[in-house]
Amino acid sequence: MSLASQGADLSRPIEAELAGVRLQPSSADVADYVALMKPRVMSLVVFTALVGLLIAPGHVHPVIGFTALLCIAVGAGAAGTLNMWFDADIDAKMVRTARRPIPAGRVLPGEALAFGLTIGAGAVVVLGLLVNLVAAALLAFTIFFYVAVYTMWLKRSTPQNIVIGGAAGAFPPMIGWAAATGGVSLESVLLFLIIFAWTPPHFWALALYRTKDYARAGVPMLPVVAGTVETRRQILLYSLILAAIGLAPALLQFAGGAYLIVASVMGVLMVALAWCLKIAPDAEVMEQQAKRLFAFSILYLFVLFAVLLTDHDRAGMLGWISGFGP
Amino acid sequence: MTDPAPENGIVLTEEQKRRRRARSIAIALTLGALVLLFYVVTIVKLGPGVLRRPL
Repeated sequence: MSLASQGADLSRPIEAELAGVRLQPSSADVADYVALMKPRVMSLVVFTALVGLLIAPGHVHPVIGFTALLCIAVGAGAAGTLNMWFDADIDAKMVRTARRPIPAGRVLPGEALAFGLTIGAGAVVVLGLLVNLVAAALLAFTIFFYVAVYTMWLKRSTPQNIVIGGAAGAFPPMIGWAAATGGVSLESVLLFLIIFAWTPPHFWALALYRTKDYARAGVPMLPVVAGTVETRRQILLYSLILAAIGLAPALLQFAGGAYLIVASVMGVLMVALAWCLKIAPDAEVMEQQAKRLFAFSILYLFVLFAVLLTDHDRAGMLGWISGFGP
Repeated sequence: MTDPAPENGIVLTEEQKRRRRARSIAIALTLGALVLLFYVVTIVKLGPGVLRRPL
C-alpha cells in the first residue's frame, strides 16, 4: 500500500511522512566508517591471525591467505561497528569514547547497524566460499560472541565482562590456523589461551585510570564494583597465569629455545609491573603504573607472537613461502 | 486560488554532497577490489582447469 493511498500529503517534506520517522541526510565521511571498524583493534586482530595462519602446518596459497586475513579484518571491523552501534548511549557518557562517530552525531545509528551487518555477513560468506567453512564458522561465532554475548549481555551486567568476553579477541589466531588447515588443534588453542589470559590485566589496567568514566556510564568494570585494591590483586593473579601460559608453546615443543627465553623475560616483566601496580602507595602512582602496564601488555602480546612466528616448527612457514611457486 | 509550491524536501549542503561523493567512490573502489579478488581467487583455485570444463 502506497503512502498516497493511505492519504499522505505528498507535498509535505518527506521526513514528516513516514509515520513519524524523521529521515536525515547522512553527514558521515569515509573516515567515520573506518573509525567505526576500530582500526587499532583490527591491527592486533590481523597480526595475531597472521601468526596463526603462518605457523600452521601445511601450506596455503598466498592469495588464499590474504583473502582469509582480509575477511578476518573485515569481520573484526563488523564486530567493532556493531559494538559501537549498541554502546552509543554509554560511549556518549565517557570521555574516551564521546568523540566516536555515533555519539558525536556524524553517523546515524541505523547507518552503523546496516554497515556492520552487511560487512559482517559479507566477510563470513566470502571466507566460507573462498577459504573454508571451519574458518567461516569460527569468524561468525566470534562476531556473535563479541556483539551478543559481550556487548549486549556481559558488558553491562557483570564485572567479569572482559574475562569471559575476552574470548572474542582470542579467536583470531585460531581462525587464521583454521584458514590454513581446515581445523583446530592444541597449538591453536594455546594461541587462544595466551590472548584469553592477556585480556583481563590489559583491560583492567586501562579501567584503573578510567574508573570515573566507567562509573559515569554505569559499566560494572571491576575497579568500579570491587575497588582498585581488589582489581590490582586480580591483575597480578592473571599476570601470573599469563606468564605461565606464555611458556606453554615452548614447554609443549611447539616453539623453540629463543621463544622460551623471550617468553620468560616478558612474563617476568609483566608480573613485575603488575606487582609494582599492586603495591602502588597512592592514587597518582597507581595511575602511572596502570598506564605503564597497559602499554607494556600490548608490547608483550606483540613480541610473543612475533617471536613465535620466527621460532616455531618451520613447516608452516616454509609451506607458505612455497605457495608462491608453480 | 493556486496551491502553494511543494517544498523541496531534504536539500543537501555542499559538505554533505562532498561526503556523499566520497562514500560513493569508496563503495565503487571496494566493489572493484572485490571483483579483482574473486577473479584472482578463481584462477588460483582452478588454475588452468578454469578453461577445461564441459560447456
